[in-house]
Amino acid sequence: MSIVVCAEQRDGKLSKVTFEALSEGKRLAAASGETLKALVIGSGVAACADELKKYGADEIAVADNEALAAYTTETYAAVLAAYIAQESPALVLMGHSTVGRELAARAAGIADCGLVSDCVAIESADGDYLFKHPVYAGKAIGTFKISGATRLATLRPNVFAIEESDGAGAVVDFAPEIPAAKVTVKAVNKVSGDRPELTEADIICSGGRGLGGPEGFKLIEDLADSLGAAVGSSRAAVDAGWREHAAQVGQTGKVVSPNLYIASGISGAIQHLAGMGTSKYIVGINKDGEANIFNVADYGIEGDLNKIIPALVEKLKEA
Amino acid sequence: MKIVTCIKQTFDTEAKIVVGGDGQISDEGVNMILNPYDEYAVEEAIKTKEKDGGEVVVVTVGGDKAQEALRYSLAMGADRAVLINDPALEKADSHAVSVALAKLLSDKEAGYDVIFAGKEAVDDGAAQVPSRLAAKLDLALANVVVAVELADGKATVTREIDGGTEELEMALPALISAQKGLNEVRYPSLPGIMKAKRKPLDVVSLADLGLSAEDVASKVEMVSAELPPARKAGQKLTGEVDEVVAKLVELLKNEAKVI
Ligand SMILES: Cc1cc2nc3c(=O)[nH]c(=O)nc-3n(C[C@H](O)[C@H](O)[C@H](O)COP(=O)(O)OP(=O)(O)OC[C@H]3O[C@@H](n4cnc5c(N)ncnc54)[C@H](O)[C@@H]3O)c2cc1C
Ligand SMILES: Nc1ncnc2c1ncn2[C@@H]1O[C@H](COP(=O)(O)O)[C@@H](O)[C@H]1O
Repeated sequence: MSIVVCAEQRDGKLSKVTFEALSEGKRLAAASGETLKALVIGSGVAACADELKKYGADEIAVADNEALAAYTTETYAAVLAAYIAQESPALVLMGHSTVGRELAARAAGIADCGLVSDCVAIESADGDYLFKHPVYAGKAIGTFKISGATRLATLRPNVFAIEESDGAGAVVDFAPEIPAAKVTVKAVNKVSGDRPELTEADIICSGGRGLGGPEGFKLIEDLADSLGAAVGSSRAAVDAGWREHAAQVGQTGKVVSPNLYIASGISGAIQHLAGMGTSKYIVGINKDGEANIFNVADYGIEGDLNKIIPALVEKLKEA
Repeated sequence: MKIVTCIKQTFDTEAKIVVGGDGQISDEGVNMILNPYDEYAVEEAIKTKEKDGGEVVVVTVGGDKAQEALRYSLAMGADRAVLINDPALEKADSHAVSVALAKLLSDKEAGYDVIFAGKEAVDDGAAQVPSRLAAKLDLALANVVVAVELADGKATVTREIDGGTEELEMALPALISAQKGLNEVRYPSLPGIMKAKRKPLDVVSLADLGLSAEDVASKVEMVSAELPPARKAGQKLTGEVDEVVAKLVELLKNEAKVI
């Protein structure tokens, strides 16, 4: 039996969580004695296969076809489901990105497999697997079991450690039949600019209602740029129209777990904590000493963010 | 237009989670709401009907209590509701739910033009049912959608992807899952609530759908649940702005080692 990692690429660039999934796949394969295989889907993705070799998969399958140039859930899921049918793997891993989650779910729907989404830990136990997945927006952690020959799991980005390993095996072609897509991709608009993707960032600087207005985000952007960080937002700031919804962190926004999360002018409502409570370190900057953010912050600064952030940016420039 | 909306009743986002002696999450005394993303789905369905005519049918797989979420949707303006309720579905996972919904929608409730759903349920955080259902019904699918235009038998949508957005076009019927920002959700009005009490709400069992308990056997089981380790309040840094900021940078560098 095998463990399969479904790689995620866009424009030939592999996502970071793909390397996290491969590294975890390698660890699980070493523990259970399964072989590790990677599958990459797209058009002109041979270079991706080379990059995947760094993580020691025993075999790398490449489904390369012009019909797969634009990502659609339907076509990519058909390829993944066909690969599952061919390999009958014990376990299929991929990232819990916007694309990964739907791709896994649609493929699971075709192959009639169980899927645990958004895993933060996987243990192998007596030939079976246990999956940990936060439920109720992280207010509890469930331990799940999947019945059936093949189990699918998507992994929360930034949780599983990346480890390179050598000994990668052959690259093979995988050429299943691809259905005609019912969906046409008309345009892809990138908005993130030079800053890292929110869910993959090591550091996130977020702002809330305490910024006082859209111009307040200038402070957050300066701070983010001095740290190479992504910019996040509370819902209050999104609802006020100060920031796009894609930046919202929380129960009805993105769930993030960076090494460092700096919350400025954010009170720390339960729905916000749900999105960032698993960050390794939290810094809270708030003028209200009683703000809930201080109950979870590793380092708290009570004071006016309009004074603190510029001073912090200066200090970081010095250092 | 026949517009179907898949909804789920979930815990209130304010709810405190309690793990019972059986290691499972207790729903005792928990306030239940319509899943926040499903509010956007119901709103979009009603808006579509107001523009193009037709009927809005809300469907759910759930227990008796889930009728409240259906009534709430009816009070917002949906026309009819269907509850799939069966003891064999008590621990239904995403697979089981999608099998039951697919049977309902390809049989008793066939002939839909569009299906709306939420992008994710805030309880299981699975984000699976819409994609699984689309696979079972072999439908065009757009997830995490922030704008929809339905015209001439086609759907043009904008959806979020990591690092940006995407514009997709597809022929109807299609399944569209809603993201926050898709629309402004209305509150049920008092007359709406009164009217909702008399709107049809069908309850169907697995047998009514022609399904057996095996057909909907769950593949995923929650063995146990635990509360996450509580985060503790750390240290408050005090002093003049310059001192505090210097202290913070020092701690982030040398203690936390994150910058
Ligand atoms: C169904 C549902 C889902 C939700 N989902 C989310 C979600 O995903 N994400 C989310 O964030 N929220 C969510 N919320 C909303 C949440 O309950 C809070 O309302 C929201 O997080 C508050 O945002 P805030 O902290 O920016 O604003 P506030 O709570 O108003 O806090 C602003 C803070 O800024 C401080 N402040 C003001 N001026 C300054 C200054 N000059 N310097 C320093 N500090 C200052 C204040 O002391 C205050 O603590 C949800 C709510 C519901 C009901
Ligand atoms: N029991 C259910 N009955 C009907 N629709 C559901 C059910 N569970 C989930 N859905 C739909 O699928 C969406 C995503 O849910 P989930 O896959 O559980 O995260 C929800 O927002 C609903 O639209």
